[in-house]
Amino acid sequence: MSGWDKTAITVTTLLPVAGALVIIMVPKEKDRLVRALGILFTGAALVLSVAIAIGFDYGKGGLQYVLDTSWISAIGARYHVGIDGISMPLYVLTFALSFLCAIYTWRYVPDPGRTKAFLALMLLLETGMAGTFIAFDLILFFVFWEMVLVPMYFLIGIWGSANRQYASIKFFLYTLFGSVFMLLGFLAMYFRGPAPHTFDMVQLQQFAAGGGFEHGFQLVAFGAVALGFAVKVPMWPFHTWLPDAHTEAPTIGSVLLAGVMLKMGTYGFIRIALPMLPYGAQKYAPWIGLLAVIGIVYAALACLAQKDLKRLIAFSSVGHMGFVMLGIATLTTIGIQAAIFGMVAHGVITGMLFFCVGSIYDRYHTRQIAEIGGGMAEQLPKLAGVFALVSIASLGLPGLAGFWGEVMALLSSFSPNTGLGLSTTFFRGFMIAGGVGTILTAGYFLWMLQRVNLGTMPERWKDHGLSDVLAVEWVAWIPLLVAIVVLGLYPRLIFGVTDEAVRGLMSVLGGG
Amino acid sequence: MNQTIDYHAILPELLLAGTVLLVLVVDVFLPAKRKSWSMVVGLIGTVAALVATLTLIGDARSTFGGSYVVDNFAILFKVFFLSVAIVVLGISFRYFREGGFYQGEYYFLLLTSFLGCVMMPSSRDLLLLFIALELVSAPGFLMAAFRKTDPRSNEAGLKFFLIGVLSTAVMLYGMSLIYGLTGSTRLDAIARGLTDIPAAKETLAFSAILFVVIGFAFKVSAVPFQFWAPDTYEGAPVPVAAFLAVASSAAGFAGLMQLMFVAFINQHAFWTPVFAALSIATMTLGNLVALKQTQVVRLLAYSGIAQAGYILLPFALVSGDAAVNRSAFSASVAYILIYAIMNLGAFAVTIAVSRREPALLIADFAGLVRRAPLLAVGMTAFMISLAGVPPTGGFWAKILIFKAAIERGGVGPWLAVIMLANSVISVVYYFAVPKQMVLEPARDESRLRSPMLVNAVVLLTLVAIVAVFVFPNPIARAAEISTLIGG
Repeated sequence: MSGWDKTAITVTTLLPVAGALVIIMVPKEKDRLVRALGILFTGAALVLSVAIAIGFDYGKGGLQYVLDTSWISAIGARYHVGIDGISMPLYVLTFALSFLCAIYTWRYVPDPGRTKAFLALMLLLETGMAGTFIAFDLILFFVFWEMVLVPMYFLIGIWGSANRQYASIKFFLYTLFGSVFMLLGFLAMYFRGPAPHTFDMVQLQQFAAGGGFEHGFQLVAFGAVALGFAVKVPMWPFHTWLPDAHTEAPTIGSVLLAGVMLKMGTYGFIRIALPMLPYGAQKYAPWIGLLAVIGIVYAALACLAQKDLKRLIAFSSVGHMGFVMLGIATLTTIGIQAAIFGMVAHGVITGMLFFCVGSIYDRYHTRQIAEIGGGMAEQLPKLAGVFALVSIASLGLPGLAGFWGEVMALLSSFSPNTGLGLSTTFFRGFMIAGGVGTILTAGYFLWMLQRVNLGTMPERWKDHGLSDVLAVEWVAWIPLLVAIVVLGLYPRLIFGVTDEAVRGLMSVLGGG
Repeated sequence: MNQTIDYHAILPELLLAGTVLLVLVVDVFLPAKRKSWSMVVGLIGTVAALVATLTLIGDARSTFGGSYVVDNFAILFKVFFLSVAIVVLGISFRYFREGGFYQGEYYFLLLTSFLGCVMMPSSRDLLLLFIALELVSAPGFLMAAFRKTDPRSNEAGLKFFLIGVLSTAVMLYGMSLIYGLTGSTRLDAIARGLTDIPAAKETLAFSAILFVVIGFAFKVSAVPFQFWAPDTYEGAPVPVAAFLAVASSAAGFAGLMQLMFVAFINQHAFWTPVFAALSIATMTLGNLVALKQTQVVRLLAYSGIAQAGYILLPFALVSGDAAVNRSAFSASVAYILIYAIMNLGAFAVTIAVSRREPALLIADFAGLVRRAPLLAVGMTAFMISLAGVPPTGGFWAKILIFKAAIERGGVGPWLAVIMLANSVISVVYYFAVPKQMVLEPARDESRLRSPMLVNAVVLLTLVAIVAVFVFPNPIARAAEISTLIGG
């Protein structure tokens, strides 16, 4: 048992890389075998991650499944992995979405084919994303963080749509630009930290709890690391890479990008920026809150103006991540709980929305709302139904997953952390602006549904023989649809997991 | 004076020198069709020298009155140079056999250059340093012009020669001044001598240091002595360009380290700002000009200039604190080692492609992933690594320098920020190559076959660059214990 405890996370996280190596070895003629292997490896990793979740002791705070061993003595970096309540939902979400993507790939490999390379890159991406959530050494965190870039660059660049080259390099440079500042911040924390210098996230957090970095330094360091995270989230005004990347990426790329990758940024705030630089967090929080609500309102207005279905969903991500950031900015237990819930919910819902849009594109070969021209409910009732359900979940209807994250983020901004002092007034303003944002969000989603689902189908689609939801799509989608409903009805599924860990975090932040 | 010579200490050099002569003799007796066998002779000699070097590990020896030293630093660099020699021999084989070159002469010149490289890290005397440096350079002039029928190759050789000779003259002048000031050519004696020169002569000492630095700045193609590099690399046979980019510049750095960290260490307050300016100008100019390149070898040349700027950065961090100096020193060493792996790999791929696309435009790499998957995957990894992005060894190379810079404090973090900005710029042009190979359709779908030795080198460097990423400890450790300073 203890052997499993120590190695579980490493094995699970690296399994996809092993899968990628196996897939590369298979001759490319055996296309079906390659796809089956993709499902097999992502499936096995998912099973392992669920086993970890089941074996996790939820009553206990702190890290579990820890493995902490020397890695690079020259720079004091260690291989320190572990998992706690904050990581757990995101970790499992990563494997779940990747598995569903692999199933989806059973039928759909976007042009220009090359299934082997496609799946190998997807598996590499999976390891990078999952690793980010379990790394407890800043250097290891950074390595996993950056490992995501290259596979995603190629996924967008090779299998994307028309403007893919521009989008892929923009995505790459933008995120790299942010992450170099983050790296500088990490190095600065290393040298200003307790002697002996350490990159260990647990130790740095303990250091922060007992006094921590001097205040002037925290302002600089928080700025640096926050910039890296903010680009990834993406927060307004660093969001411009996202609509391009999302729109051009293949369906799988968009699903993983929206579903998991954006969460790496918000996770970074919760895991690193807040607990290690609490003073900086307090000083920056009103500004983060401000940018978050600007993002919410801006994204909603931008969505109203979109003609491209996929671009619309992409912009809606900016708004949803704005709610997550608003929750974080309040520096309260409720706000951070809301943020984590919002992250998972957004991962499930927006991942599912991108699946829908991908399937719509697959049938119509256009993403222009005007060209689709309505009437989907009439001709493709099942697809239209799924699309409607997920859109409504996304706009935050009570009873579905999107509700809890948003409403709790707004609630928490009514009474933000007491340490924020006078900013309370501002946060109440943010709450009102965010509330307006939810109304606008409902507006653009319903308008979108009206234009796509309702009305009569234009003549030119009638004899195209558009097929409704296929079996493989049901297999990939049903788990997500179930999750959307279950998380909406029984939010304790996430709150119960994160509760203990968030309390631990709050003890560092102080206030309440 | 009755000196005994430690023959074991200089055995690698003796073996290599013997091989150099043997290659020339064997070549005379080889029939025209078998000329390429001289490479095999050279290879055997190099491997023998490498084995001889390995037997020296562990003890510090010195001979010729202490001016020739075999310590950890020297051994690390000797092993490095000899390994590079084996790789360069490997990638040269088919290129020179098929190109109709004078093969015996080439291997003779190449190994002579490597003899200079191997001598460099042991030379703790200005005269020896000078001889080693010239031994590296002089055959280089000839090799750069080895494609005799191509005017560009002649231009390459001539440019390299003229600028090389000019900078050598300046350097010699500087060395003579230093001898005049301190009365010694031994590096440790110079360090002592320079500490107690009268204040009136300080300016003279500073200009002498500058002159000597210029000689090496040319060798490592630092701005403003970089002009020769792109033209020479482009005109020279590609394996020669690989040699110049990896071994020759590493030899320059090895010499520079001994001068700066041993002989001139006490004058650091004077020369660290010089190196800071040199480093910033070199990396920035290299990166900005690289953005506009359309030819792969020129791209690699400018990338090499930019990378030289990174390697120079730790020199600017030197201070009175021995711990800071040690970490700056080992950051430079580690960078050189890792840079060599990825650059050799990139040149190996370039050589393979040059057989079919002699113009070597970046556009000629279009669709390579379908024509030669191994080459394309390798090149992608090398480019990612040169850009310093995980999961490749180039990432640690940069991290070690950042760490040394930030640890230093003062000007260090600012230098790190400039280097970071440069690294981000470099991503644009490094990614242009994988973009062509992977995202663009090939103009010619036919399979591109590459020589076995070249494939082996690509595979080896590819595995190495990923292995260095996962286990960077050996390289970092080797760099750490191979210090010239503070034992």
